[in-house]
Amino acid sequence: MATIPLNALLPVTDPLSAKPSGTRLVRLSEATRGLAGLVARVGAEDDGHGAIDPAELERRLLEMGFVEGAKIRLLHEGFIGRDPIAVQLDDMRIALRRREARGVWIDVSDETPA
Amino acid sequence: MTDAIAAPPRIALVGNPNSGKTALFNALTGSRQKVANYAGVTVERKEGSLTTPTGERIVVLDLPGTYSLRARSPDEEVTRDAVLGRLAGETRPDAIVCVADATNLRLVLRLVIELTQVGLPIVLALNMYDIAQRQGLDIDIDKLSAELGVPIVTTVATRRRGISDLIEQVETLTRTGQHAAAASAWSEPSAGELRGAHRRAEMILKACVKPPVRPDTWTGKLDNVLLHPVAGILILLAILFFMFQAVFTWATPVMDQISAGFALLGQGVGHVLPEGVLRSLIVNGVIAGVGSVIVFLPQIMILFFFIILLEDFGYMARAAFLMDRIMGGAGLHGRAFIPLLSSFACAIPGIMATRVIDHKRDRLTTILVAPLMTCSARIPVYTLIIGAFIPHRTVWGWVSLQGLVMFGLYGAGIVSALLVAVVIRKVFWRGASEPFIMELPAYKIPDPKNVARSVMQRGMIFLQRAGTIILSMMILIWFLSSVPGAPAGAVGPAINYSFAGMIGHALLPVLSPIGFSWQMAVALIPGMAAREVAVGALATVYSVGGGESAAGVLGPMLSQHWSIASALAFLAWYVFAPQCASTLGVVKRETNSWLWPSLMFAYMITLAYIAAFIVYHLALALGGG
Repeated sequence: MATIPLNALLPVTDPLSAKPSGTRLVRLSEATRGLAGLVARVGAEDDGHGAIDPAELERRLLEMGFVEGAKIRLLHEGFIGRDPIAVQLDDMRIALRRREARGVWIDVSDETPA
Repeated sequence: MTDAIAAPPRIALVGNPNSGKTALFNALTGSRQKVANYAGVTVERKEGSLTTPTGERIVVLDLPGTYSLRARSPDEEVTRDAVLGRLAGETRPDAIVCVADATNLRLVLRLVIELTQVGLPIVLALNMYDIAQRQGLDIDIDKLSAELGVPIVTTVATRRRGISDLIEQVETLTRTGQHAAAASAWSEPSAGELRGAHRRAEMILKACVKPPVRPDTWTGKLDNVLLHPVAGILILLAILFFMFQAVFTWATPVMDQISAGFALLGQGVGHVLPEGVLRSLIVNGVIAGVGSVIVFLPQIMILFFFIILLEDFGYMARAAFLMDRIMGGAGLHGRAFIPLLSSFACAIPGIMATRVIDHKRDRLTTILVAPLMTCSARIPVYTLIIGAFIPHRTVWGWVSLQGLVMFGLYGAGIVSALLVAVVIRKVFWRGASEPFIMELPAYKIPDPKNVARSVMQRGMIFLQRAGTIILSMMILIWFLSSVPGAPAGAVGPAINYSFAGMIGHALLPVLSPIGFSWQMAVALIPGMAAREVAVGALATVYSVGGGESAAGVLGPMLSQHWSIASALAFLAWYVFAPQCASTLGVVKRETNSWLWPSLMFAYMITLAYIAAFIVYHLALALGGG
């Protein structure tokens, strides 16, 4: 009964337009090692495989501490395809697959490279 | 003071994973623990009891770790249903002890907020408080308690610090508990409610906790090495290699002694008892059966020693991180790696080790494919057949042909396990894959007492639960292979006249298309006891005598009786066939249902038949008849 939505049919979400100019948002799933910032948005986005209900994924991310305003830094990347990733999230470390990280947007505008 | 209540008050321990909940449970209850399963599910139920200084007995239930009452796995469902009093056959606890890692409060505060809605009195135990103090973490306990509206006790479970305070607090709660417990107002929080709870937790945290003066830097430093794309993988492989070696080399002498001991016991009893069915039952059924259960203990204890050590240290989550992509290709969870690797030694500890996988589907897939890994019990069968049929020569100048065949058999096991995992995912779970979102806990030095207790518990669970099933299967196999006995003046081996012989002969029409003779068919029945038993079983049907030690004589004998095509088909059969009653027994125990062992038996025997059929006919076509 679960339908498999195609990638191409996904609504194009562009949080950039909703933000004042000057903010730079990066999807956690596309971030590279060392990227740091604040969690700007945790959304119910499809993981691209239709494997898990997006709303359910959003709640799981929230329960693991991916919540707007949390400090985040990408610490480690996996060996193959740089997947999964490990992030510092406030004072915790969380590992997740890039696929599950799609709904997490990071505001990197305040980040000055150290 | 209270009216006489028949049942003692019950408290439940709830907390995030890695909060030291089990250590606290051990500190509260000592050795008064019972490990069982919840009715109808595979989740482990741990219950213990404590006696307060005033002499009151309190029952303590250790619930599976969770981040939320919104259950996402069977374990978390148990936690939710237990605190809500929905669990069949369980009464609702009178109070909840929420266990928190004092150095990692953010997520647990949200859980406490959620728990306050279930209407039970709660006490928050700030565990690992010594580490928090060492880090210079400043927690305003009174303020935190007032903000959350729950009493707080600081504890160091591994050193039994704060335990008497906690017991005192629990006693107060359970005394008032009967009156204080209200109907649950809990419902599944929406994303918005989760955000709200987070905001509240964040505010409380800001108001009550000052960040540590000396934060833990070790975890970060260690992760830089242990999660490094190259060094991390090499270290993981080195750890696994060591583990694997230990399981093999440390366990083997003990296992040999256990086998020898039971053989000696069997002989001794055999001398005392008169010849007959009773002697055969006791010697070949009961004593050999008990021996075949206990012989697994060393491997299980050693394997679990490493697994529990690595888990308590915090490394298991890192191993899952490193292996997730590779295992994910086959639709398996990163945590499936260690159980599957362990299955190279023996599928039984491997299947027991799948407990580290939280999600039911991932765990079942891993259990189903684990016996395809070439376990050490296949080695005697492989070496017998390879030694007898594969010429002892080198190919490509330096590769031993026999070694190459052995390697091929191992490879066939691994490849087929991965393929079957993919098929299971595609056919049964229809694309549903569990998300991989996992906390990487701070590294901690494991507490030797807790490790020892957990290892002993694993051993006991195996003996009590799997052992009984394995033993009864062994006795059934003995019965089939020995009853009825050979008539007087019969020719040929006695087994030929038993039920096993009859079944073997009955199966012959089915098995001859894959090149099996009646002797091979008959040997399959006692061979169900364990894979290596096939060697002894073949010796029995060919009346060689001497059991496994007969391999030297048996090899040349087989090479006279079998065609090379039959021999290769027999090898192919052994790659896949579920020729191990103990594995099926342990799967029954771990999954709490006959469905999964039946499914395992069916798919493995189907694969075995197809593989043997293809190999036999291919070999015939190539002139191997």
